[in-house]
Amino acid sequence: MTETREGEVRGTTTDTGVPGDAIPAAPSRFFVPRYAFISGGTMAFVAAIGLATAFNRRLIINPILSLGYLILVAPAFVAGYLTARRSTASAAARVAAAAVAGFVAGLIPAALALLVDNVPALRQTFPNMSPEMVQFLRFGQETGGELLLIGIATALGALGGVVSILPTQVQKALAVGTESVVLLAIFQQVVVDAFRWFRTLPNFLYEPAGGLSIVSAVVVFVVTAGLTLSPRTNLPSIRSRLTSPDRSVRTRTSITIAVVVAVLLIGLPQLMGGILNELLTNVGLFLLMALGLNIVVGLAGLLDLGYVAFFAVGAYTMALLTSPISPAFTPMLTWWQAFPFVIIASIIAGIMVGTPVIRMRGDYLAIVTLGFGEIVRFVLLSDWMAPFFGGAQGIRNVPGIPVFGTEVNATSPQLMVYLVIIFVLLAAYVTWRVQDSRLGRAWAAIREDEDVAEAIGVDTVKAKLMAFVTGAVLAGWGGALFAAKVGSVFTNSFEIIVSIVILVIVIVGGMGNIVGVAAGAVVLIGVLGGPQQPGLLQEFGEYKLLIYGALLVFMMLNRPEGLIPSARRARELHQEEFLQDAWLDKAGEVSDEPAKTGAEA
Amino acid sequence: MPMLETRGLTKTFGGVKALQSVDFSIDQGEIVSVIGPNGAGKTSFFNVISGFFKPDEGHIIFQGEHIAGLTPSQITTAGIARTFQNVRLFANLTVLENVMVGQHCRTHRGIFGAIFQTAAFKREEREIEEKAKEVLSFFGSRLVGYRFDQPAFVLSYANRRRLEIARAMATEPALMLLDEPTAGMNPRESVELTGLIGKLRDELGITVVMIEHDMRVVGEVSDRVVVLDHGVKIAEGSYDEVSANEDVIEAYLGRPADMERA
Repeated sequence: MTETREGEVRGTTTDTGVPGDAIPAAPSRFFVPRYAFISGGTMAFVAAIGLATAFNRRLIINPILSLGYLILVAPAFVAGYLTARRSTASAAARVAAAAVAGFVAGLIPAALALLVDNVPALRQTFPNMSPEMVQFLRFGQETGGELLLIGIATALGALGGVVSILPTQVQKALAVGTESVVLLAIFQQVVVDAFRWFRTLPNFLYEPAGGLSIVSAVVVFVVTAGLTLSPRTNLPSIRSRLTSPDRSVRTRTSITIAVVVAVLLIGLPQLMGGILNELLTNVGLFLLMALGLNIVVGLAGLLDLGYVAFFAVGAYTMALLTSPISPAFTPMLTWWQAFPFVIIASIIAGIMVGTPVIRMRGDYLAIVTLGFGEIVRFVLLSDWMAPFFGGAQGIRNVPGIPVFGTEVNATSPQLMVYLVIIFVLLAAYVTWRVQDSRLGRAWAAIREDEDVAEAIGVDTVKAKLMAFVTGAVLAGWGGALFAAKVGSVFTNSFEIIVSIVILVIVIVGGMGNIVGVAAGAVVLIGVLGGPQQPGLLQEFGEYKLLIYGALLVFMMLNRPEGLIPSARRARELHQEEFLQDAWLDKAGEVSDEPAKTGAEA
Repeated sequence: MPMLETRGLTKTFGGVKALQSVDFSIDQGEIVSVIGPNGAGKTSFFNVISGFFKPDEGHIIFQGEHIAGLTPSQITTAGIARTFQNVRLFANLTVLENVMVGQHCRTHRGIFGAIFQTAAFKREEREIEEKAKEVLSFFGSRLVGYRFDQPAFVLSYANRRRLEIARAMATEPALMLLDEPTAGMNPRESVELTGLIGKLRDELGITVVMIEHDMRVVGEVSDRVVVLDHGVKIAEGSYDEVSANEDVIEAYLGRPADMERA
């Protein structure tokens, strides 16, 4: 089958000298092998690094499908889908090509299984290439497991091909159904925890050993897919409302969403147990810092890679002033008494870091701030400063936050969540108000063109310093909360990876947009987990950074403006589409312009 | 006393003498054109006055104050606004926002006003917006109405030039430096803009120094013309005087072989 197809296509590409004709035909010649090899490579890769085997313990549908197998075989489906979609041949030929793509993709992990089985020495270099991995790739079969793997990959490739020729609406419904099943299974912990008062639902959905039961999976799939197929679906309209050019529509939609979120935020901590509240606290702390960095990077356009330094300053200041055993002096203030000093310390830190680097731009600024972030950590860690900051010992016994007579600390995660939420809302409010003010416009101007901003009267040094200081203060709040929450501060909480993760939150979420940054924090910290904080998918553990990186690459290629971008940034990255829209909208008015000029002249 | 005066203004970049001891002055209400062949130092002259470059030697006196060495934003605040030869707008900001940024140096509310939404802050924001709209209405119907909320990159080239002038006007300057305001415009648009430059002075009382290559525009609107060549001021006077000046003709066209002078 492929041979005829390839022959056909080769004929068209080489025979036609006209580029216009060659364009639609050319891809299909390369895409069959390309998608097949990419997906086969992905399958072998996730198996070889141990990702798939690690996730094998997490069940999606008990007992037939685990997350590990889902990750292993999904690429075959994707290869089939993409191969068939790129082709312009008949439906049957497309499905056949998709099956071939799945087959080729399946060969690669099968070859890996054979290789590892016959060369045990490989394990000394690649510890995850273990007999368990081979066992996993063979679907537990002793003999013929590789063939089973190839067969399943072929079948899934063909299925991908079949799906690709279905109408778009049906494809969407199938996708939503599948996503719902997978997400419900992944978020089992949340659902069980949130429905502690109504056990019937989780009891119906989940097997005791974890994962959806086959019946519940089918029900969930049918219900969600059916809802998608029904004519009234609201999700796309929310998206279009949020990106609507009409400002008032945008604002109204945002307010509605904000109200829903507010109700959830007040209600959820009550419903959830300790682990989820702890998780929500982490999301909140990172969100608080991401909002601060959003001011520096998203609004003012200053790439600060040492942002964690301000977090450290906040945490250490709080610890020093409140801990009864802080090394140098023990004023033993309460959290609230120490809080103003945290703000002052953050402002001073912002000015100290900001002043020397403020005249640098772009790459230079990024590198120097990176250095400053590390300097702060090394100073805190050093023996030289140990009499003040405790060196490697850190500062322990940081008391909690007294609120109405009770002390809020690690043992009361529910109250901690509320405190963190209050500070996040404060930070969001500050961002929202400032970005549309004189100072916010100055930041936007600096982000666009610093020289011009200076030339038309914006004191760029002052405005940039304000951005640094505002960002530093928000990070300082985060640090102060963090110190009380954890009860101790050590320098290893302030490593450079924290700066990077906060920056990734801002970029993936949507630079310059409060809601976007919040979405980024929920996805990255809540689902994947922070640098030291477990997320909902605890199995990700050691693969967290790999997934962060993959996510970042994927977003930069497909949606560089982030999950929920600011209007300005979306315009910036899609100028051409916007120009077309503007031209279509205003075509009448544009065309009368020359006439007007004629009349005036 | 002249509004702006430079004495012995000198600026070199390595071996290139961009400006050599330039003496220049302009009185309140004048429109002066600076002309000269490419590379004559015209834009460098603007860059030094507006604070982009510090002069190596010489003085710049604006309304009786020495301004050499101040930052560009301080100079703008003192009352000198400028535009750029290659239009430099804030492309992703809206038309209105571009002009509102121009009001920055005339307003004062900071971050706390914005956070607490003080009455003074709200009043100032309203005034900034009104001022911006007023400035944009200077260009007739071209930059008003639906244009307010369009990002600047949508605008046509001529409208971008107009918006840049509007942004400079929003800084409420006493003196405006226009760097080739009609470059890239068609003849009709040039004529319209020439009229507007006259209006800048006559209605708003803004003194104008303008770099311009279009001699029709120069002849139409200038009270006086200054000619630079290789960083040296080689002539000064009315348009007719300057256009008859042999040094000027030579600078533009070169020296004919049969008119070789000793």
